[in-house]
Amino acid sequence: MGMTIAEKIIARAAGVSEVKAGNIYTVNLDRMMSNDGTTHLTVDMYYNKLKNPRIADAKKMVFIVDHNMPSDSPKTAASQKKMRDFAREHGIDFWEGEGVCHQVMMEHYVCPGELIFGADSHTCTYGALGAFGTGVGCTDLLYGMVTGTSWVLAPETVRFNLVGKLPEGVYPRDLMLTIIGEIGANGVNYQVMEFAGPGAKTLSVNDRMVLCNLSVEAGAKTAIFEADEIALEYLKERGREPKAVFSSDPDAVYAREYTFDLSAIRPVVAKPDFVDAVVPAAEVCGVRIDEAFLGSCNNGRIDDLRVGAAIVKGRRVSEHVRFLVVPASREVYLQALDEGLLQIFMESGAIVMNPNCSVCWGSCQGVIGENEVLISTGTRNFKGRAGHPSSKVYLGSAATVAASAIRGEICTADML
Amino acid sequence: MEQFTGRVWVLGNDIDTDIIIPTEYLALKTIEDMKQYGFSPLRPELAGQIRPGDVIVAGKNFGCGSSREQAPEVVKALGIRCVIAKSFARIFFRNAINNGLLLIEQPDLYDHVKEGDTITVTVNEHVEHQGKTYPIASLPDNLVEIIEAGGLVKAMRHRNGLEA
Repeated sequence: MGMTIAEKIIARAAGVSEVKAGNIYTVNLDRMMSNDGTTHLTVDMYYNKLKNPRIADAKKMVFIVDHNMPSDSPKTAASQKKMRDFAREHGIDFWEGEGVCHQVMMEHYVCPGELIFGADSHTCTYGALGAFGTGVGCTDLLYGMVTGTSWVLAPETVRFNLVGKLPEGVYPRDLMLTIIGEIGANGVNYQVMEFAGPGAKTLSVNDRMVLCNLSVEAGAKTAIFEADEIALEYLKERGREPKAVFSSDPDAVYAREYTFDLSAIRPVVAKPDFVDAVVPAAEVCGVRIDEAFLGSCNNGRIDDLRVGAAIVKGRRVSEHVRFLVVPASREVYLQALDEGLLQIFMESGAIVMNPNCSVCWGSCQGVIGENEVLISTGTRNFKGRAGHPSSKVYLGSAATVAASAIRGEICTADML
Repeated sequence: MEQFTGRVWVLGNDIDTDIIIPTEYLALKTIEDMKQYGFSPLRPELAGQIRPGDVIVAGKNFGCGSSREQAPEVVKALGIRCVIAKSFARIFFRNAINNGLLLIEQPDLYDHVKEGDTITVTVNEHVEHQGKTYPIASLPDNLVEIIEAGGLVKAMRHRNGLEA
């Protein structure tokens, strides 16, 4: 029987010829990533819960400090020190200040065909390069680090056929929020979202990252694109080779199929407190905001900064708005610097921060207070996600966020 | 088969990990320090009211969001015997099993149970509420092995000769 890309990756990692959704497989992990959200817990368990612990292969491990970067309290400094010391002692690649973990992984590590565990829910981002990346907790990460293996219940795959091309002024963020709004916050619970079709060819790797990154907000185990010439070009530019390039077989079994016409997508916003509470942006225009955030592993890349900068250029951020601009990595930051984008943002009154997770996860920077309203390109808008339990988070594209920062209330770029 | 009776707390759909344990408390040193803030954005008083052996019954997509393992740990530390929901987000599901917290998927109970009711769970068989029986599926063997060992770390010590 035919297999999907996801099934082929699991088969490769399990060393078996066939994988069927619903069966449990023991897999060799190609790579593991852990950030400062939970690495200190993994390290504690390693030393305190195991006798004679060892690391199966330190070269497969990557530690990245991005959630509280730079540290904002003695407590976070202590947990980062624990992580740093452990990485140095065991020869684990260690990054801090380099960027949001998934952006750093995409720039430096992820290869098509790999099976990657990350102790962060948005590890599903790696499907943009045809890898199977999935988020796990710190105990699973510990198990993987010590044994080099783990277990995977092979998920079903749901195919999303993309046709057409996004119109001018509409972004992958609008597309993915539209999809999540339609299928719901657990619409693909423990399934793989496979993006395919002619519309997929109109999307860059950066665009594909936006779609894959948010797949967990629809409950997905992961999301994946075929590693086509667009993906291989991205890889080549960074001097890496694919582990394996897989396509889904014509007779592969899908749990369901959807078709989305990209040309019919319009700007949308997810209302508080659920990522699937998606409405046309026009419906929430006029909501007064206190803060705007352009950044995160979803939308902190150079494309997003270009879109945002083009909108704020020659304009002033509303006097009652803090507008945080946070490039997703050092590479993105330097590129934005080179293109003069950071100057445009600073001149507009925005606050340009170092690469990190920032207010997307409600810590370290830009935390919002009682009843405050944030419009964000972050990943989530859960109750209290960005600060006080009474505060509200709206999610939208870089264009909608930048335009709203100027207006002081939610609006789309064409309304300025 | 293992059986227990517990008092019910009813929560809604899409109970996310930021509700179970908000980001601002993750820097606290221990789960014991964190647990008083469990579910605080939604119901600040709840953590203080939960007694060991109580059961949470919720709607769809319980545990959606972050991979923070502090979420199932806080639920367990509060003394919750098990969570019964229409469905679970799967990173949470896996983390709960890895920490030895029992989760049960049951599509109908949520629509009939009220807060403060008492239910009896017969693991891998059914839930009983006010004389009515709700069937539950049995977990795959390798997951049962993990829960019975008291979590993945303990299971892994058996399997890999890392016995403490």
